[in-house]
Amino acid sequence: MRVTQGTFSFLPDLTDDEITAQIRWALDHGWPCAVEFTDDPHPRNTYWAMWGMPMFDLTDPAGVLAEVNACRSAHPEHYVRVNAYDASLGRQTVALSFLVARPSVEPGFRLDRAEGADRRIGYTVHPYATERPAGSRYGATGNGRAPR
Amino acid sequence: MSDRWSAGVIPYAEMGYWQPDYEPRDTDLLCAFRVTPQDGVPPEEAGAAVAGESSTATWTVVWTDRLTTYEHYQAKCYRVEPVPNTPGQWIAYIAYDLDLFEEGSIANLTSSIIGNVFGFKPLKALRLEDMRIPPHYVKTFPGPPHGIVTEREYLNKFGRPLLGATTKPKLGLSARNYGRVVYEALRGGLDFTKDDENINSQPFMRWRDRFLSCMEAVNKAQAETGEVKGHYLNVTAATMEDIYERAEFARELGSVIVMVDLTVGYTAIQSLSRWARRSGVILHLHRAGHGTYTRQKNHGVSFRVIAKWMRLAGVDHIHAGTVVGKLEGDPNAVAGFYDVLRAGRSTADPVKGLYFDQDWVSMPGTMPVASGGIHAGQMHQLLHHLGEDVVLQFGGGTIGHPMGIAAGAEANRVAVEAMIKARNEGADYLAQGPEILRAAAKRNRPLETALSTWGDITFDYASTDTPDVVTTPTPA
Repeated sequence: MRVTQGTFSFLPDLTDDEITAQIRWALDHGWPCAVEFTDDPHPRNTYWAMWGMPMFDLTDPAGVLAEVNACRSAHPEHYVRVNAYDASLGRQTVALSFLVARPSVEPGFRLDRAEGADRRIGYTVHPYATERPAGSRYGATGNGRAPR
Repeated sequence: MSDRWSAGVIPYAEMGYWQPDYEPRDTDLLCAFRVTPQDGVPPEEAGAAVAGESSTATWTVVWTDRLTTYEHYQAKCYRVEPVPNTPGQWIAYIAYDLDLFEEGSIANLTSSIIGNVFGFKPLKALRLEDMRIPPHYVKTFPGPPHGIVTEREYLNKFGRPLLGATTKPKLGLSARNYGRVVYEALRGGLDFTKDDENINSQPFMRWRDRFLSCMEAVNKAQAETGEVKGHYLNVTAATMEDIYERAEFARELGSVIVMVDLTVGYTAIQSLSRWARRSGVILHLHRAGHGTYTRQKNHGVSFRVIAKWMRLAGVDHIHAGTVVGKLEGDPNAVAGFYDVLRAGRSTADPVKGLYFDQDWVSMPGTMPVASGGIHAGQMHQLLHHLGEDVVLQFGGGTIGHPMGIAAGAEANRVAVEAMIKARNEGADYLAQGPEILRAAAKRNRPLETALSTWGDITFDYASTDTPDVVTTPTPA
């Protein structure tokens, strides 16, 4: 399966040039960029690990792309996203968020059903990847450690 | 001057309801009415009559006015202007002191402003065009239970319009079949699906069965995509007790959103809004019935006023027009509606039909919903007219796709992502829209099929409800 979180997941994976263009759009709007990564793609996993601080004072798209690439090579089997942040009054939230890397194989999610009374069902979305410890969930090189 | 207190009937203008020198105060609530007086009634008297009948006046002099500080409670018509190019119609500006209104009550506000006066015989017709709600009054309303920003954070979806579809056929499907449509549309790529306004609890599908089927569909689609999905479960019902029962069941099942129809009334909407804030559930409003009083230019209430009232009353979503779809919506007027719903403050702009500045003093925005006769081939126009903070609802444009519902959903999602990507890359996406879509369709058969099925369809009729100040053509 293909996790379709983020603004462009229904398009082919973005090239470096395409990533740079999106970063430029964000920076031109005064939205600083941040790079985040995770190996838990649960749809409600909000707090991905931050690859350093949001780059508040970085206005050169190439600098952001360098951080994207550094994160991708350090975590080659993780999901990596770029968030652009709009701090203006009335927004103060993410303005754009798109994936720039994903694991080579995405096993997806299991849907667990807890059957209750009067036909009610309690649902839980379970990422198969989280059956293994963080850092060793995808591929052979996740976070530099071998899978158990 | 005739004696203000002589028994009998005297003109409203002479009773203090026409005050051309009045300077509206920052705390006043201001209204712009389009007035069509009966022949022989001067516009100032017509404006004064509206001010009187929507505040303290009755048809004759009453001595009991003298027991009050009546000047304080009288609404004041302070300006009357002819409507450009429309003989016989005037815009009357009226100021109301805040003391006339109960805090935080749309029912009271509307009973005052539109309660009696619309049937008043000396007027042929009357329309409430706009209302300036002072910050002091705005702050007495809770506003949207969550608002645009919080909704996006709940859903973890940023940087593009959200996509939805109304389940079709709107009537007759069993709960099991209905859930199939929801599942296919959500797994295919939509963020939301929606009950239609008249899906409540009929013999062919009772509400509880629908809720269970739809939540199965929503959860399955979440597991297959890794995204948060939602279905607007319509909780509209005959009584408030029924509404709460249905809403509570939706909450227990884990639905992120419920919906209600405008037909339930302002007070029911305000009650459900409080429930939605308390329950962490997004509240969608379908503006069922509004066309009966918003569409004709000479009589009724403009939708921009309804939109303001609903933002105050507290809804997270409201249908507000598509410009290019099948339902009424002049582009400039719709732009005004979207400003009213989304902006932190908006300035008077006659081109958009906005008569007043409006400051929302940090009240969150309501997400406009565009629904009715739109399809993937219009994506560049939709983005241009409606922007990013909008739910684009493709009902027929999803479910009618020749390759199936999921393919229809995918076509819409690919189209919106391709258009956003191109816009962000600096493309002149409005001019190049068709090329951008064709390029994306080369790599995506569902989109290719959607474009060849609906590519040229547009609903190009003259709008009924247009701002008057400049010529406002309906776009092709």
